[in-house]
Amino acid sequence: MFRYLIRRILWAILLFIIITFVTFVIFFMGPNDPARAQCGGDQARPACLKLVTEHYGLNKPLYVQYWRFFDRLVVHQNLGYSYANGSSVNQTIAKAAPVTASLVFGGAVIWMMIALSLGVYSALRPRSLLDRTAMVFVLIGISAHPVWIGLIFEYVFGVKLGWTPIANYANFFGAPAGSGLPGGPWQWFYHMILPWFTFALLFAALYVRMVRANVMETLNEDFVRTARAKGAPERRILVSHVLRNALLPVVTMLGMDIGVALGGAVFTETVYQLPGLGQNLVVGIQANDFATVQGVVVFATVAILLFNLIVDVLYAWIDPRIRLA
Amino acid sequence: MALLEVKDLRTSFHTEDGIVGAVDGVSFSVEKGQTLGIVGESGSGKSVTCLTIMGLNAKRNTTSSGEAIWKGKNLLTTKPRELREIRGNDISMIFQDPMTSLNPVHTIGKQLIEAVQLHRDVSNRVARARSLELLKAVGIPYAERRIDDYPHQFSGGMRQRVMIAMALINDPDLPIADEPTTALDVTTQAQILTLMKRLQEEFGSAIIIITHDLGVVAETADDVLVMYGARVVEHASVEELFNRPQHPYTWGLIGSLPRLDIDVERLIQIPGQPPSLLRPPRGCRFHPRCSYVMEVCKTTVPELLPTQREPDHLQACHLDEETKDREAAKLLESMMAEAG
Repeated sequence: MFRYLIRRILWAILLFIIITFVTFVIFFMGPNDPARAQCGGDQARPACLKLVTEHYGLNKPLYVQYWRFFDRLVVHQNLGYSYANGSSVNQTIAKAAPVTASLVFGGAVIWMMIALSLGVYSALRPRSLLDRTAMVFVLIGISAHPVWIGLIFEYVFGVKLGWTPIANYANFFGAPAGSGLPGGPWQWFYHMILPWFTFALLFAALYVRMVRANVMETLNEDFVRTARAKGAPERRILVSHVLRNALLPVVTMLGMDIGVALGGAVFTETVYQLPGLGQNLVVGIQANDFATVQGVVVFATVAILLFNLIVDVLYAWIDPRIRLA
Repeated sequence: MALLEVKDLRTSFHTEDGIVGAVDGVSFSVEKGQTLGIVGESGSGKSVTCLTIMGLNAKRNTTSSGEAIWKGKNLLTTKPRELREIRGNDISMIFQDPMTSLNPVHTIGKQLIEAVQLHRDVSNRVARARSLELLKAVGIPYAERRIDDYPHQFSGGMRQRVMIAMALINDPDLPIADEPTTALDVTTQAQILTLMKRLQEEFGSAIIIITHDLGVVAETADDVLVMYGARVVEHASVEELFNRPQHPYTWGLIGSLPRLDIDVERLIQIPGQPPSLLRPPRGCRFHPRCSYVMEVCKTTVPELLPTQREPDHLQACHLDEETKDREAAKLLESMMAEAG
């Protein structure tokens, strides 16, 4: 188990180096000129351009620039400063990440609740009315775009029924003093409920199918028949013998999807004007703000690697065949 | 009184192509301490017969009729709750494939303890002690250590021993073994059969052993039921069956036993394919493959009747007994002659 963990961590570190390098090269080769962006675009004065170029080392060869970037990142945990307004990217991400995390984790709870209940129930009663209805839901969830769903939800629940706010984020730990913004756990929940459902719908649809297929497959396993032959009641068979085995692959997918989504749920954040990573990413790209975009990408990479690592460990813990291999 | 009495058992599966009559009017009984062997090729209905008795067929698209009387109760009409109390406690089952019949994510100890606690209100400690006792009885070395291992850490033969331990853990009156040795290699097969015989003597239970291997039957069974195309074609004590087989299908089975003591170019086989149970042949189901076929075989279903010499020997064949005795004697003689 220990060796397995070490192997996984080393693998994650290698991946981190590769991914950051590749993204760095992509941005480096891109058509944008960060010095010009910083100096005010087309009206940039040569003196400013020269200063900025030297300050950021933009005239140095690729590997030197990457090394400076990597050194700053790993040794000083510093993502640099925005090319657009000079603010610390660390701070930008520190502000945006909790918003995206609220959205992703809350959404994951909702999509798993939908997927487990609908998926298991339709697997137990295939071709029943509920199973067929669930499949229609799946089709809608997969085909409907989150922006469209977000707008519909806002209109129906926010505008028509007036049950929820239609946009903006409320800080869980209370709004900054004197800002006049809503804050606190209840306001946070109240503002997040629509984004959660909007974000969760696509994943819920995909996961219903996955849970249903896995549970149906596991129900046909020989060891389930063994459990019945032992005289175990159906509920016990489902919980102790079927679900544990059927949910193994779901855990893998869940970890990966959460990791990816933490890099920014662009559409949902945009519709509900949530100041999360996705929104920062969009703004950063529009402003040619290489540092901010790079910062979000690095953060997303770390999130994905971290969640993959968590999945690997979790998987080993729940599947003895991996743990003891 | 018989321990289990099965009368006119019928099971059919409703498939997209039509109704498959997997078991068609099967009757037999099992006495205390007796071993009943059920032989037949794949799809002859031997496993489904036992799964029906246990109530383990998929509920959807399966219909069953007839009776399986267990201690005065018809298992086919027993409420699921009561049936659960019988399953694993009075009647237990050992399955064919030990590689897939154990849950991969639980230790074997946990699975054995579950089997105990489903039927006995005992503490984990007591259930664990009982599990250890059984693991030792089925010959798992270092049982104290291995009880906390997972199925994938056991070999096939060892897993089948675990399955046997699980089936015997509540002292059942009737363990049913569904091809318990088919998935194992030959040396392991012999060990498992010896083990089952020893345990039966120790525990004093009856056994139903389902197999397609006449060798297994000869070694273990007291009584034999030969099934073909969802029906019973012959039912006799093991000595009767091997000394005076009465059905051409049984002759085929005996004749096709591979032999190690003589050189043969190829194995002898029964010509043709097993019958489709979706559209079974009219009359005797064996007639398309039978070399003794007569006109009557193609139209009339032969009844399962006692032979004149031995009333406990039942057979379903239109041939007259004289011919059958003669053919059986010829077959056995030729096998003896070959054996030298």
